[in-house]
Amino acid sequence: MNAKCRPERECRSAQHEGTSASPPGRPRGECRSAQHEGTSPSTGVDVEDLDRVLVRELQAGLPRVPRPYHAVAAALGVAPELVLQRVQAMLDSGAIRRIAAVPNHYRIGWVANGMSVWDVDDDAVDALGEEVGALDSVSHCYRRPRRLPVWRYNLFAMVHGRDRAEVEAKVAGIARVLGPHARAHEILYSTRILKKTGLRFGPAD
Amino acid sequence: MAMDAVDRRIVNALQDGLPVCERPFLAVAAALDLDEGELIARLDALLADGTLSRFGPLFDAEKLGGAFTLAAMQVPAAEFDRVAAQVNALPAVAHNYARDHALNMWFVLGTESRAGIAAAIARIERETGIPVLAFPKEREYFVALKLSA
Repeated sequence: MNAKCRPERECRSAQHEGTSASPPGRPRGECRSAQHEGTSPSTGVDVEDLDRVLVRELQAGLPRVPRPYHAVAAALGVAPELVLQRVQAMLDSGAIRRIAAVPNHYRIGWVANGMSVWDVDDDAVDALGEEVGALDSVSHCYRRPRRLPVWRYNLFAMVHGRDRAEVEAKVAGIARVLGPHARAHEILYSTRILKKTGLRFGPAD
Repeated sequence: MAMDAVDRRIVNALQDGLPVCERPFLAVAAALDLDEGELIARLDALLADGTLSRFGPLFDAEKLGGAFTLAAMQVPAAEFDRVAAQVNALPAVAHNYARDHALNMWFVLGTESRAGIAAAIARIERETGIPVLAFPKEREYFVALKLSA
């Protein structure tokens, strides 16, 4: 997909739709030209504080309205330009991986979801893990600690298929990459999604 | 509800991600040759019927200074639903899957600090009476995949 933003990033002055009140210390609306770090002298907004508030506001999802960042800005009482700038900065830093939809695998036909787990030589696992991750069939690939004696596996590779035969064919492809460095493996199929809300930071951890 | 061809294009396109700009839905709609309002209405419907489980920024908890881990439990079948409800009740639990293995419940914990992970695990063990095995990521290998609808 080649969705492009139209070049309408030039500064708009203070008539931000729906912005009613600004909290103390967070005046809104002046035009800022460049990206800045730390506290902006023109607004008094601390970007670390703002990022924290933005994360909380956005973790339930992006508003599904024509100008979603304006809606977020209105809810927080800050300028929309500042929200756009901080969201872009978080994308650039990797704090936001992407702004996207997450499908329910089952509902779009990917009914077989297999977590393949492998017991791989410690001195070979990182080089091989990169190769396994590079396979088109693998959606996540991590090294994790063993929990002996109950759990011997240190490499986790998630594989999806339209049925279990497709998952098993993909797992056979992983086995070919790992060769004799893999001493054992299993496939743990998911049988039910019990919860899938995504990350929510909350006070009651 | 069955997806039509337009829904499939939307699901596929939205997995790639939206650009950050004043009217991101307009930008995506233009790329898909759709009307902005129709895109938003269909997105609402796809979320409402569960075809999409989430829509919005996907955060990297570690880059935000937070922590997360995969964790697993061996839950007796007779207690499975009770334990699932107890685990799911914690906001720190981002997702949770039943899997066909002796370790039959696998979930991801995300908290604002390392200490939060330990606290969440301690709370789950206390409330459920079942030990939790933590599998924190030691290394992530690069992947690029999306699931075509």
